[in-house]
Amino acid sequence: MNAILQIDHLNKTFDTPQGRMQALRSIKLNVRRGEFVTIIGPSGCGKSTLLKIIAGLDTDHDGQVLLDNEQVTKPSIDKGFVFQEHRLFPWLTVERNIAVDWPLRDPDVRRKVDEMIAIVRLKGFEKAYPRELSGGMSQRVAIARALLRKPKVMLLDEPFGALDAFTRSHMQEVLLDIWQQNQTTMILVTHDIDEAVFLANRVVIMDARPGTIRNMVPVDLPYPRKKSSSSFQELRRIVLSEFERVEELELMDSSGI
Amino acid sequence: MSVSTTKPLLSPAPGEESRAAAQATAKQPRKERWAVLWRGAALPVTVLAAWQLAAMLGLISPTLLPAPSAIASAAWELAVSGELFEHMHISVYRAVVGFALGGGLGLVFGVLSGLFRSFEQSVDPTVQMFRMVPHLAITPLFILWFGFGELSKFLLIAKGAFFPLYVNTFLGIRNADSKLFDVARILELSRWKQITLLVIPAALPNVLLGLRLSLGVAWLGLVVAELMGSSEGIGYLIMDARQFTQTSIVFVGIIIFAIVGKAADSFVRYLEKTLLKWRDTYSG
Repeated sequence: MNAILQIDHLNKTFDTPQGRMQALRSIKLNVRRGEFVTIIGPSGCGKSTLLKIIAGLDTDHDGQVLLDNEQVTKPSIDKGFVFQEHRLFPWLTVERNIAVDWPLRDPDVRRKVDEMIAIVRLKGFEKAYPRELSGGMSQRVAIARALLRKPKVMLLDEPFGALDAFTRSHMQEVLLDIWQQNQTTMILVTHDIDEAVFLANRVVIMDARPGTIRNMVPVDLPYPRKKSSSSFQELRRIVLSEFERVEELELMDSSGI
Repeated sequence: MSVSTTKPLLSPAPGEESRAAAQATAKQPRKERWAVLWRGAALPVTVLAAWQLAAMLGLISPTLLPAPSAIASAAWELAVSGELFEHMHISVYRAVVGFALGGGLGLVFGVLSGLFRSFEQSVDPTVQMFRMVPHLAITPLFILWFGFGELSKFLLIAKGAFFPLYVNTFLGIRNADSKLFDVARILELSRWKQITLLVIPAALPNVLLGLRLSLGVAWLGLVVAELMGSSEGIGYLIMDARQFTQTSIVFVGIIIFAIVGKAADSFVRYLEKTLLKWRDTYSG
């Protein structure tokens, strides 16, 4: 199997005032090159922690995380990251936010940045500052910034969570478009079941306390997908029922049954 | 899959939005600018008019409060003889040297304290102690050590200018959004790029505020420096005129202080406007 990302025996604990808390337990996940994986789970299941570990932002854990057969030890441009908030530099224009430390005077960089701006459809906004952009536009700049560096994997932590429903579905289409054009491996964390099924080749369902992978549901529907089609609804139902079982267990846990 | 239909609601035509943004930052229309000027001038103009009237009616003593017209003619005489500009020249020179010395060091120390915790821990307590020592308390020492010459004046002005820039630069750096440092790590920015692309721009609003306050303090320190003993400068002009009860010249000196101070302040505000146009803040 041509796995670009191999995670095995991953354990992560936090020290809290209430004692040690296991955030992730025995996570095993392989992601194929070019695959689109979405991770879904109740809040506090450690899905964002998992993403941070893959990114190398959190290295305090046990187990192996291999990207292209190399253990992840620190953040790098190989692992593009898009946060829930856009995290643009407010003092840089759109084009400079995408280029950041790459010199725009270099014609090669200039061409790549212009290409990226075209891909995320922000032509005409090159010189705008983040305060002049809407939430969706800002997030597209953040995606372009990560994508410009040709990462081996794109990690997206609830990237559309703060957007309104219309913008969100628009952004989902933009993201699929980018994925299909660039063949970049994508791992996206979300709490939106529709989003998870709409985007993914495979939906990973996580369970909380401790965070474990409960199930994986392959989504074999062809793109572009119609959210209203019966096959989509059927898959959505499967994921939802898995998800509900997770939540029921949670309820039983917390009520002490 | 292709999403070729751009949705007008979600991504408006480029022209529209950037024009709206441009309008917000562009120059105000002429009429509005005059209104702002008028609002700023109304109070002093009214006071001046009332003052002149009172003086002409003999309601106030000319030795205590000379009429604006008397002050103007005194200023004119001083300007024509060239005396005024000589005094102004030396005063501005003192303020600039003192400010450059104190402000420059304040900026450097503030950056080092902001960036390196160990530097902060070893230097900040001492700096804070010195900050609380008043100008007037330390002036006798400066005179003892450095005499009445220019050096003690530069140092006194520098002492005042150091602290606002130091404190505000430090604060600005420490106020930088820690979330952006995660981004810097992911983008593998070098330490140098982190400083130029993240730390300095993030600190800039505070640094400029510090600059404004430092300039103000340097200008005020100048008065103390020139009053403590000198034979030229605007402060000397005031002291000298006071001894001969030439009240109108005292006023000229005070007005010069006010005007030059305001000009320096306006310059920094202009810097703020051009350097911080990316800021998204309430503007009243």
